[in-house]
Amino acid sequence: MHNKQKILESLIKGFIWFSAIGTVMILLAIMGYIVIKGIGFVNFEFLTSTPKRMGAEGGIFPIIVGTFYFVTLTMAIATPIGVGAAIYLSEYTRDNLLTRTIRFTTELLAGVPSIIFGLFGYAFFVILLKEYTGGWSLISGALTATCMILPILIRASEEALKTVPKSYREGSFALGATKWQTVYKVVLPTAIPGILTGIILSIGRAVGETAALLLTLGGSLLLATSMYHGTRTLPMHLYMVAMETGNMDQAFATGVVLLFVLLFINLGAGYIVKKIFVKNI
Amino acid sequence: MQTGVQHTIGNVVRTLKNPRDLKEKVIQTILLLLATIAVFVIILITFFIFKNGFPIFKEHGFWNVIAGQIWNPTKSVFGFLPMIVGTFYVTFVALIIGIPFGLATAIFLAELSSSRMQKIIRPAIELLAGIPSVIHGLFGMVVINEVMRYIQRNYLGGILPPEYQWGYSVLSGGIILAIMILPTLINISEDSIRAVPKSYKQGALALGSTHIQTIFRVIIPAAKSGITSAVILSMGRALGETMAVIMVVGNMPMLPEHPLYSIFAPISTLTATIAMEMGYAGPEHRQALFALGIVLFCIVALLNTFAIIIRRGARADA
Repeated sequence: MHNKQKILESLIKGFIWFSAIGTVMILLAIMGYIVIKGIGFVNFEFLTSTPKRMGAEGGIFPIIVGTFYFVTLTMAIATPIGVGAAIYLSEYTRDNLLTRTIRFTTELLAGVPSIIFGLFGYAFFVILLKEYTGGWSLISGALTATCMILPILIRASEEALKTVPKSYREGSFALGATKWQTVYKVVLPTAIPGILTGIILSIGRAVGETAALLLTLGGSLLLATSMYHGTRTLPMHLYMVAMETGNMDQAFATGVVLLFVLLFINLGAGYIVKKIFVKNI
Repeated sequence: MQTGVQHTIGNVVRTLKNPRDLKEKVIQTILLLLATIAVFVIILITFFIFKNGFPIFKEHGFWNVIAGQIWNPTKSVFGFLPMIVGTFYVTFVALIIGIPFGLATAIFLAELSSSRMQKIIRPAIELLAGIPSVIHGLFGMVVINEVMRYIQRNYLGGILPPEYQWGYSVLSGGIILAIMILPTLINISEDSIRAVPKSYKQGALALGSTHIQTIFRVIIPAAKSGITSAVILSMGRALGETMAVIMVVGNMPMLPEHPLYSIFAPISTLTATIAMEMGYAGPEHRQALFALGIVLFCIVALLNTFAIIIRRGARADA
């Protein structure tokens, strides 16, 4: 082989290695930087006291509560819709025009930018349905977020349902069970770990979402007492503090809390799912 | 025909008589309704964005708005060109930076790495994909913009106009977006590289090609359609990203005055302008922001439709 060729190949290989290691480094740099800059400000008081001066000082208690309410409400609305849609698509129909339309729109929906969901949520839930949602509120934000995470939920649940062996269904039918009995008593329990993984992914997405919520959730710093109240989530607070008050310490501290919440959701919940379900199957 | 109708009626009557069948039918109908919600959502989104944004095009003239160079909402001048240019500029820079690294990492994972390396890199990519965009934005605002400001002032201070020396720039936005699209680029490219039949590789190696030659002359060309759809999907993601961009590009809705150094210019994008100005916009200004949404929505919908078709085509070939 020519020497020139050899050198070129080594260079290419070098670049490939550099890129792969670089990707890991970037991740470490981003997470490390935020954690190092912010961890010193995270203490019990920061987590349990109310913000002062628009969040430039004080704690983030109402924001943690708001995030929790928002995610719970979103998942309570989105999970039945997403899982139900997936059941219909995988158990009740064959490939036809309707299912193809639904699959296509789901894929399309997955690619819609979050700010567009924000505009839609603002026009529909905040303005048009103001009487029922209270304008900028937890419920408006949750409904908007539901539209956003629906594609993830449907896809993950469908994948999970697909992994259930056909023989399970046939066995159930042979025993005289109806379609729904089969789905409810045989297929769903088997597919539950996969569905839960999809739900966890969606929770992660909802917790990290910002742009759509800026236009629908209101951004109040007060403790929300009902779903018709406005509130903030952690990333919204981070953005508003960083851009409006300029107090970066508070922004970094909020970022650390956000990262830990996400880490807990991803690792912790994944672990629990494995522990509980893998043993039983 | 007659018998068909009778048959249907007979079925309905029988269903109503049998409570078990009735319950089944009700459940099936509910599930069908849940499945169609996604379709309704996309119809509603389209309807509401267009309903709220369209009056601006009607009032000011479509081309005046789309190709208008000045954005001054307080004087009711709505030209979208600065934001359209800004959006594509940042996305273009992100792709130029992101594609080589993303593709190289995908090749590494599919062809060159040991399973031990994969066990480190895969979770890292997964975690990177899960980092919320505000975290990327904060990192960009504090670290990348600081570095950019330093370079602009100390190395390029004599060349760049003063308004291009405060860090917030197209290049910062491009770098942050490149990082954000890496997971999409890597995952889809890797899948398509892995989908190339083993026999292609074996054939090329048997003919005496080196591994690198095989990768670049045989495997990558064979994985072309998958890689293309990875690029299109990442492009859609970059065009639509809001929070990270808003925190680093400076949000100046005007065309860069010095084209030569424009990569250091603060700009604004479609998404950033909508998110920044929605909070205080008056009625007409608000319509204009919805109209910006229409432009963004159409661009992204077109791109995604492309990507879906290409991916389906690739699947059909395989």
